[in-house]
Amino acid sequence: MQMPARFTDWFAARDWTIHPHQTALMARANAPALLLIAPTGGGKTLAGFLPSLAEIAQNPAPGLHTLYISPLKALTADIRRNLGTPIAEMGLPIRVEDRTGDTSQTRRRQQRADPPHILLSTPESLALLLSYEDAPRIFAGLRRVIVDEVHALAESKRGDQLMLGLARLSRMCPGLRRVGLSATVEDPAALGRFLAPYPDPCAIVTADPGPAPDIAMLDTGTPPPWSGGGGRYAIPAILEQVARHRTTLIFHNTRAQAELFFRDLWLANDDALPIAIHHGSLSREAREKVEAAMATGALRAVVCTGSLDLGIDWGDVDLVIQVGAPKNVKRLVQRIGRANHRYSAPSKARMVPANRFEVLECHAALAAVRAHDLDGAPRGPGPRDVVCQHILASAAAGPFAADALYAEIITAGPYGDLPRAQFDACLEFVATGGYALRAYDRWQRLKQGPDGRWALRDPRTARQIRMNLGTIVAAEMLKVRMRPARGGGAPLGEIEEAFAATLTPGDTFLIGGRIVRYEGLRDMVVEVSRAATKTPKIAVYAGTKFATSTQLAERILAMMQGPDWPDLPDHTAHWLALQRQVSRLPSRDRLLVESFAHDGRAHLCVHGFAGRNAQQTLGLLLTQRMEAAGLAPLGFVATDYATLIWGLDEIPDPAALLDAGGLRAAFEGWLAGNAVMKRTFRSAAVIAGLIERNSPGRRKTGRQATFSSDILYDTLLKYDPDHLLLDITREEAMKGLVDFARIEDMLTRVRGRVDHVRCARIPPLAAPLLLEAGRIPVHGSAEERLIEAAAARLMQEAGLG
Amino acid sequence: MNGHDFTLAGARLTACPSGALWWGAAGVLVVSDLHLGKAERLARRGGALLPPYDTAETLSRLEGDIAATAPRVVICLGDSFDDDTAASTLAPDIATRLMQLAAGRRWIWIAGNHDPGPVALGGTALAEWQHGPLTFRHIARPDARAEVSGHYHPKMRLNLAGRRVARPCFLADPSRVILPAYGAYTGGLALDAPVLDALMGPEAMAIVLGPRAHALPMRRATGPAPRPRRDSCG
Repeated sequence: MQMPARFTDWFAARDWTIHPHQTALMARANAPALLLIAPTGGGKTLAGFLPSLAEIAQNPAPGLHTLYISPLKALTADIRRNLGTPIAEMGLPIRVEDRTGDTSQTRRRQQRADPPHILLSTPESLALLLSYEDAPRIFAGLRRVIVDEVHALAESKRGDQLMLGLARLSRMCPGLRRVGLSATVEDPAALGRFLAPYPDPCAIVTADPGPAPDIAMLDTGTPPPWSGGGGRYAIPAILEQVARHRTTLIFHNTRAQAELFFRDLWLANDDALPIAIHHGSLSREAREKVEAAMATGALRAVVCTGSLDLGIDWGDVDLVIQVGAPKNVKRLVQRIGRANHRYSAPSKARMVPANRFEVLECHAALAAVRAHDLDGAPRGPGPRDVVCQHILASAAAGPFAADALYAEIITAGPYGDLPRAQFDACLEFVATGGYALRAYDRWQRLKQGPDGRWALRDPRTARQIRMNLGTIVAAEMLKVRMRPARGGGAPLGEIEEAFAATLTPGDTFLIGGRIVRYEGLRDMVVEVSRAATKTPKIAVYAGTKFATSTQLAERILAMMQGPDWPDLPDHTAHWLALQRQVSRLPSRDRLLVESFAHDGRAHLCVHGFAGRNAQQTLGLLLTQRMEAAGLAPLGFVATDYATLIWGLDEIPDPAALLDAGGLRAAFEGWLAGNAVMKRTFRSAAVIAGLIERNSPGRRKTGRQATFSSDILYDTLLKYDPDHLLLDITREEAMKGLVDFARIEDMLTRVRGRVDHVRCARIPPLAAPLLLEAGRIPVHGSAEERLIEAAAARLMQEAGLG
Repeated sequence: MNGHDFTLAGARLTACPSGALWWGAAGVLVVSDLHLGKAERLARRGGALLPPYDTAETLSRLEGDIAATAPRVVICLGDSFDDDTAASTLAPDIATRLMQLAAGRRWIWIAGNHDPGPVALGGTALAEWQHGPLTFRHIARPDARAEVSGHYHPKMRLNLAGRRVARPCFLADPSRVILPAYGAYTGGLALDAPVLDALMGPEAMAIVLGPRAHALPMRRATGPAPRPRRDSCG
């Protein structure tokens, strides 16, 4: 397809050049599957829409023509506004609407009855639409699907669910074309396979990446602290940068750190520069206000988290500051791309390590960015809990034949290799629970009709199924609002329920940059008031903690093996030199284990460099083995680089504890009873539909489906250890929160070469771990002893002893 | 047994770590809120199909306690069945196991709010039962003395030097004892719930379950946040 004259005129009138990749997408508008890889600011989204606009302009028949899917609700609203401009100015007869969880019921009903030409939505809203019986009518005539930020979707189950949805759409609408829009990724071909109908090819268009970014460490004057995060020591230097630029994005890795940083930034903001905060735990109203202010250029800086990794381009951002180690080179490159005030000018970014270890990681990341060396792990097979939910949603849409559904599912990229037996097991689970004990007729959610098709046993449960669609399983959150004089107070955001449970009336915490006082819990809403205090308790938000990528960890190890470190700041070089003198430096093919006494406890530090999640799992496994050996471990703490364990007794032979066979056996046995596995199970159980988050009538009371999933896990393990959900949980355990795969990698890398160094004093590399937050207690015999001691003490205090 | 001994109205009682209450002198074993057939009731309602092992799990615990104590009387203190249908449609193997447990001893089903109807499984169905100084009923009465009840599923949240532990517990004061839920699929109610606070006297103790039963003052060391009962599948 040629660019219509109306379009070229419009571009010319605005004095815009049409980017080559925008022309390319028009030229290849008929490709069945097309992936555009372009940096931020390249007019990627418009490129995706141009063929749709041209086609609808040519033939403005009513009905849905293009479905646009974005991972962010906010994005759909922005896109609607942004498309409005060319449509209005070119006088195109095109109707664009968005549909997300925020869309009103009335509007949604209208959309189902009379769909717009272009519908902007999210994976969850699409799954919901497809679960209605009239889905074929809603989507009749659909020609194109645009998947925005497909690189981000591909990293989560939301992407798997979306691809199952697209497989359904392709079956309903023969000839449907798919377009994916992606930021720079390490393996475009793999992303193409994810997007395209399996096993068809995917055409790939790569846009000009633009000039190399201007990226460096921020000169802060003072060295970073030994441990912790947040980078508050760098506030003066950062404020200076903000003052010198038009708009700065200050990225943090966690919400809690962003909050603390924001508060201290304002305390130091003597010039009262307009600076705001934006993260996923703030109320929608608060976030929208910041986004609107950004769009009009009213803000000089925004302190933010991954919530601004994606989203529309704010034209005026001319500096990105990354506070804390980036953990992942690809994400860093994408964040740098946010400073894209001119597509043709280099993006400018500065990095602020939050502690000494992060100095190393930041330097490693700098080198990787300069070498265009992106990281990323290959995607495993599509997760089966998502298949279970898809089957349930299919049943909500109406009776289905198992053969046809299977044939459809394996046209989704992530499920191209799904064996029929696995699909059948998922169907069995959805239909009857899939339990080894086949006891009762009553255990039937789906029933097979006389024609062999599967249908809901009770059609009224469709509503409940629809209420539980989606693959985002977050920690349970409670809304926070100001305690009102009367009526409803202003909503501030959300905090984790687990955090709320630790609050006592009068406690203070930070949210949205404000310190508030906890007043009480009413109707499952945390009520707070303004507080004048200066030292808040810190909200522990659910913000994901990313693990340092394998590639970055290896670069750090390589760096440590250098003879000296002229590129590193003196304080860091000195620290490494001291470590080399007192103990040794970790290397890629050996495992350094140090033991030392501190504070009356025996300490063991394992420098595995396997990433936060794997190091945490290693801590759980090692302490379990220690408990079994009677070594009375008390607890451990893990960072991306090491695990520190403390206990009552010294470990005579750590190498024996770290023996690969023993660790694998421990892993198998340990699947049984620990919190991380239980969390993994819970998430799979929620997605697969065993645990319902929402049910009709329950939303109002705020009671959540927390019928303890731990009990279900324990029961399955005891009575039905081969159950599908346990199998899925084990599979998940290899990645994600448990990440045993990286322990395996580390063991393979090291091949038994464990260096045990006994240190008379605290070795330099291990020292920061002593200050690290997030200590995890070992629930072993020690816990019973503690309860016993506490009981005795409290009874005595109460005069009951 | 790793139980905790205490006295109520002169009766020497043992709070077992399993959640059962043992009155050794009278040969009486008390369990509360078994909620047998809970997963099945939920399946019947058309929702999620929970693992159908809860009833077997609860029974095997009870078998363990009965084997250990050899009671002359077993009292199920109400909500023994998740609803009346669950009581009447027990799987044959489960019914057989219950019969075997009841053989050779007195078995008393106290009515609960989930299972108000009489039970067709043998034993005696009663609204409440008096034995010696003690009265056994499902839901505690504020003005009662020497009362043994269940219903509330009390659960204690402990903060032990940064460790957060939540475990089912007995509540006991000079007037009454409230039993924890014995059933496998049961949630709990935190001790700072106003209803528990109002029922229990100032000297009330919480006897926390675990490998051993530990007694603590009820109003010390509890988690502070007031929370609704977390038993949403029920």
